[in-house]
Amino acid sequence: MSGGGFRLKVGGLIDRTRRVEFKFDGETYQGYAGDSLASALLANGIRVVGRSFKYHRPRGVLSAGSEEPNALVELRTGNRREPNVKATTVELYPGLQASSQNRWPSLAFDVQALNGLLKPVFAAGFYYKTFMWPASFWEKVYEPVIRRAAGLGRASGSDDPDHYERNNAHCDLLIIGAGPAGLMAALLAGRAGAKVILADSDCQVGGQLLSTTEIIDGKPAAQWVDSVLLELAAMSNVRILTRTNVVSAYDDGVYAAVERVADHLPEPPPYVPRQRFWRIVCRRAILAAGATERPIAFPNNDRPGIMLSTAVRTYLNRFGVAVGRRPAIYTATDDGWQTARDLIKAGILPAMIIDPRPKAPIGFEDVAASAPVSLGSRVVDTKGRMGLTTIAVKSAKDTRVVFADALAVSGGFNPAIQLASHFGGRPKWSHTIHSFLAANTIAGLECAGAAAGVYCLAEVLRSGAESALAAMEALGLSTKLTEIPFVRRTVCESKPVWWQASEADHGAKVFIDFQHDVTASDIVLAHREGYRSVEHLKRYTTLGMATDQGRTSNLDGLAIMASLTGRTIPETGVTLSRPPTVPVALGAVAGSHKGDAFRPVRETPIHAYALSRGAPFVDVGQWKRPQYFPISEDADLKATAAREVKTVRSQVGVTDVSTLGKVEVEGPDAANFLDRVCAIKASSIKVGRCGYFAMLREDGFLKDDGMMARFTEDRYLVYVSTAHAAAVYRHMQFCRQILWPELDVNLVAVTDGWAQLAIAGPQSPRVVQELVDPPVIISREKFPPLTAAEITVCNGVTARLCALSFSGERSFELAVPAGFGEALVRRVMEIGAPYGIVTYGSEAMGVMRIEKGHPAGGEINGQTTAFDLGMMRALAKDKDHVGRVLSMRPALVDPKRARLVGVKPRDPNNRIHGGAHIVLPDVKPSADSDLGWVSSACYSPTLSSWIGLALVSGGPERVGETVVVHDPLRGGDVQAEIVPACFVDPKSERTRV
Amino acid sequence: MLIKCPYCGPRDLAEFSVAGEAKERPKFVADFDSPQAQTLFVDAVYFRDNPAGLHKEHWFHAAGCQAWLVVTRDTQTHAFVNVELTRDEERLS
Amino acid sequence: MKFSGLQLLKNALNGQSGWAPHWRKASPKDSYDVVIIGGGGHGLATAYYLAKEFGIRDVAVIEKGWIGSGNAGRNTTILRSNYMLAGNIPFYELGMKLWEGLEQDLNYNAMVSQRGILNLCHTDAQRDAFVRRGTAMRLNGVDAELLDREAVVKMVPFLDFDNARFPIQGGLLQRRGGTARHDAVVWGYARAADARGVDIVENCEVTGIRQENGRIAGVETAKGFIRAKRVAISVAGNSSRVAAFAGLRLPMESHVLQAFVSESLKPLLDCVVTFGAGHFYISQSDKGSLVFGGDLDPFPSYAQRGSLAVFSDVAENAIAMMPLLGRLRILRNWGGIMDMSMDGSPIIDKTPIDGLYFNGGWCYGGFKATPAAGLCLAHLIAKEESHPAAAAYRLDRFATGRVIDEKGVGPSPNLH
Repeated sequence: MSGGGFRLKVGGLIDRTRRVEFKFDGETYQGYAGDSLASALLANGIRVVGRSFKYHRPRGVLSAGSEEPNALVELRTGNRREPNVKATTVELYPGLQASSQNRWPSLAFDVQALNGLLKPVFAAGFYYKTFMWPASFWEKVYEPVIRRAAGLGRASGSDDPDHYERNNAHCDLLIIGAGPAGLMAALLAGRAGAKVILADSDCQVGGQLLSTTEIIDGKPAAQWVDSVLLELAAMSNVRILTRTNVVSAYDDGVYAAVERVADHLPEPPPYVPRQRFWRIVCRRAILAAGATERPIAFPNNDRPGIMLSTAVRTYLNRFGVAVGRRPAIYTATDDGWQTARDLIKAGILPAMIIDPRPKAPIGFEDVAASAPVSLGSRVVDTKGRMGLTTIAVKSAKDTRVVFADALAVSGGFNPAIQLASHFGGRPKWSHTIHSFLAANTIAGLECAGAAAGVYCLAEVLRSGAESALAAMEALGLSTKLTEIPFVRRTVCESKPVWWQASEADHGAKVFIDFQHDVTASDIVLAHREGYRSVEHLKRYTTLGMATDQGRTSNLDGLAIMASLTGRTIPETGVTLSRPPTVPVALGAVAGSHKGDAFRPVRETPIHAYALSRGAPFVDVGQWKRPQYFPISEDADLKATAAREVKTVRSQVGVTDVSTLGKVEVEGPDAANFLDRVCAIKASSIKVGRCGYFAMLREDGFLKDDGMMARFTEDRYLVYVSTAHAAAVYRHMQFCRQILWPELDVNLVAVTDGWAQLAIAGPQSPRVVQELVDPPVIISREKFPPLTAAEITVCNGVTARLCALSFSGERSFELAVPAGFGEALVRRVMEIGAPYGIVTYGSEAMGVMRIEKGHPAGGEINGQTTAFDLGMMRALAKDKDHVGRVLSMRPALVDPKRARLVGVKPRDPNNRIHGGAHIVLPDVKPSADSDLGWVSSACYSPTLSSWIGLALVSGGPERVGETVVVHDPLRGGDVQAEIVPACFVDPKSERTRV
Repeated sequence: MLIKCPYCGPRDLAEFSVAGEAKERPKFVADFDSPQAQTLFVDAVYFRDNPAGLHKEHWFHAAGCQAWLVVTRDTQTHAFVNVELTRDEERLS
Repeated sequence: MKFSGLQLLKNALNGQSGWAPHWRKASPKDSYDVVIIGGGGHGLATAYYLAKEFGIRDVAVIEKGWIGSGNAGRNTTILRSNYMLAGNIPFYELGMKLWEGLEQDLNYNAMVSQRGILNLCHTDAQRDAFVRRGTAMRLNGVDAELLDREAVVKMVPFLDFDNARFPIQGGLLQRRGGTARHDAVVWGYARAADARGVDIVENCEVTGIRQENGRIAGVETAKGFIRAKRVAISVAGNSSRVAAFAGLRLPMESHVLQAFVSESLKPLLDCVVTFGAGHFYISQSDKGSLVFGGDLDPFPSYAQRGSLAVFSDVAENAIAMMPLLGRLRILRNWGGIMDMSMDGSPIIDKTPIDGLYFNGGWCYGGFKATPAAGLCLAHLIAKEESHPAAAAYRLDRFATGRVIDEKGVGPSPNLH
């Protein structure tokens, strides 16, 4: 060991030639390339890394992997700060900055450690029993204190600056875990020619082989790993994903995985994502994720320096770090003895090996001869506030205090089967390994190696190969078992040492769930209070709900509950692990869908033109529609809309209506089909004419309304509203394919194929006349309202022209193939200039349709009927159609329903807003005086008044009544009159000019 | 999850939308204002077997061939047992 | 034993040894006046109010697993009464008032926390729809406020205000909305019902519903036949399956809704926020975890696990609304089965079978309804008529057309 630190002079997979400087809690330290943050901290003698959740007990590193419950830090600073990062899974990089969390003011002195003194009060579920009086104190007093005390790390508080991407991959065999079993499986499957993805969470393949002193085929294990890697890398059918956690399983062989592309760097290089979210589709999968070692429960078992035995070995063999100068070992497994052997080999003599079993394991005679051993013994207490100093060892004859600055514990191993139970399959207890094995797992997924409860290296290698062989057989790829590398056979026995809790046992701090500070006495209390089902235990005590999902705690807790209830562990139950297997950054799952790229943008063919005119756009679903075309003379946007409306009503204007849904209906049965889909008689629309339609849902409510044009006997074009386009088309296909497959008709959605302009206003016929190619005559007689024609414009451009009016003026809807859209609008503006043409936006269009009383989104909101909107006159009542039967249910034709009317303030300058309610005048507004609501409102430049459309109980029967437009959310009530729903030109004379 | 569209072959679930139980709609009736007609339609439009197990559903291949499919699927395992065109189904029944 | 700070201190001195089980592990008797199928929040609340409000104490709650193992233990714990339609508002407001006095009533701290619920709006049309809803709430005596963009910035400063695809315009705020500790609600009702003599029978799956002469006779269970004068079904996620025991078909379809929690964090988000340009809602629990969810899985399902497509969608919505979530991590994700009714509103009603009552179809909103649904179902069972606040939740509303469709999507249960 050098320089007062804990780094060994030689050994390990770190690069001693590359020093890496990093900071922890503001202090600068040095580690080496190849270190994890945890190994670097340990090498520097940092023992206390964090504070626990509830009692703020000092805690150090427990493990060397993702099961870590204690060593959580805030990593990085500024907007890259990330809370609750496991120091054991962070690769050291130059300039790394980490801070301890959940402590104040400092890690060494934490005020809330006082909570520990109150442990007798702060037992499991204490908060359910108190803080109830007075009721108002919960939010104001108690809860803020609890919230501040709880929680671990702090979020950055600002936007994540990094980028993420999502990717898909397909393979025959996905192998999860590149330890000995995974590598053997990959070798066999790769040689068999299968397309293989081998994923491992570590930065290099090898798994436990990176931390072992075992010999494979006469070579150190790490060398064997290198040779396998070399062979795999040469196979084009094998893809190795390191730094990749397979996090969850989905139907049909889909697995989600997260690759940490740049987390080992100070920040992602340009054009490199921080993380990549993989969707891997495979035909078979092998789960070879190894096993997690269990700690042993005993009083004060949480002191910094007490560590899992395999972790001690990993720090020693892989990182060249001694976790203590005088470590003791408390093991109920043969594996703990291996740790002792490796320590001795590195020149560190264990203070004592304590094993509750009566005999030293076979094959470890050398170890037993070299170090003090206490068999048939237990650790019964420890001391050392900021780090272990002594342990108390109780044997058959006495209790002795042993000086030790570290304690390696090994209580047994739990196969890492989390992923296998993502579909809800309950694991099965194994009496051989004293833990749960995967059962009823996901179809196509098999466990191998330690994940299958096989712990001795020789068998692990065989298990990996055999599972791949089985997968190859299932895939129909012929191959045979690869030769298994030679490893000296060892025995790997263990005998679990569960904590024997008794009813009387309440004082001892026997920690089960380290992160959440769940102690054995909490489990005793849960049992006493009836929270005995394993899920109740978990939820009442929070056992296993921390960021490690109870990997090191669930089974110990379960064993205590089992002993208290006198049942076996499997009888007591098992909690299912939930996805993801390790916590996953939300940004990775979202990929590039963020900010303005959250959802796609649909632009109309004349978007660029509108943009060049400085139009602001409004979002309508994914569409961007130009809302106004302001000019410098306009005082504000309201003035813009007023100018546009006035110009259309007095001269002419043009607007973009390309977003309207367009469905072509074609075939001998087209008319018949539309008669059945729509509540009108499409068959009575003559060729060359347009007609109004309303369409009902199956339940009789209004689905959509609009216009349709009949170009030939068997061809219609249906214009559906922008917002409903996709749903209406889907519905029409449903009707065609499912309801009446016998009809000879076809549907095509052509919305994006056409650019469509509405040219409206008294001068519109003249503008249109100049656009159309001869011999089309645009006159009141030759092209009256509701005419539809397929023509050409501008010297031969295919076009569809319909004399339709949404604005209430004489108006034409002209469609050309989308590519001609921008040219057409420019041409229209040229031709229209002498007539004073304006471009108008969706706002002016909305104003004009409200003036005309045409229902739109606010009225056709899925809750209204044709009856409500006063459309009954337009409907064909003598035929059946979709929704016809249910539209006549009593409540749907009740005259008291909220029905469409107009509403006009007594004082035209009093603004009314959409959403305000209509209430009876002269009484206090209440549910009883509520008549309905304003569905659309605007300032009408034509009437020089605010106006609105409203859905009012009794509707048209109330015309002439005075009501109050009640708007408490925006303040202010307005006296108003109920008027008919059409404010301008009720007889539609203006469209006929 | 892949759905075997009879026209397009195996395609990802994301391309489809689902409309629930595939049940027979009452045929158009002459006396569509009768209480009987209302009863039939109320049942057809609103009530479902909603089984835990095999379930016949209507799926729409929205981002594909735009065929409505009759899918037989297990609501407990999500396994697709059968996928056919509605027109084929019509012929079979 | 009454829970209080004093008792807690007393027990601190004796090693917490003075406590007893919060509810008895009852074995079923041969017969009961009322049997409630389903030991979730709703079923336990029903039993509690039957005993407390209506003096009916010969009651058993029959639960197939452990109490609270269904949606009561799988939800995102949100409380609110921000509804728009006349059929809904009085019910949810009754519920809100019950929440406000729940802990004192039950003598169990369920951590009811009125932290506020904020619905974001992104378009003029959406804002108008919110105003319509908010005004309806106010007219019914429910609190509602409209926030403009600046007010939202002040309340939740780290939303995406600058670079959003659908910029935030404002929001509708119900300050009395909030969250509660879902498991504690279950346990609190169980303890209080048990104290009034209700038998809570766990690990006892109902396998049949027996009728005699057109009247309910009792339930077949894993522990044998239990005779009952009245039986109520209150089994979210299994409504259609259990109703089928009585030969009933229901206007509903079952779907998975996923829920997510993040790792524990220091206080970040004080209120519940819902996104208006997609499907996403989020809050932070007292333990520090962000609790969030999004849209339903679109296809009918009884598998309690969600699809990757919806998981991805939820994450996209999360980042779109709150970009700082990018570096925060999802700890756990699970699915619950939602019995989606055909108009998005629940049913609390008698069934065509004499003595058989039904409570269900809560879609994804059953948790907040727990106290009110319990009280209204108890009222229906005790008095043979609907509680006034639940008068609209009739089974015949699909025939009459009196549907309660807040979203206006019609009989498309996966869209509600």
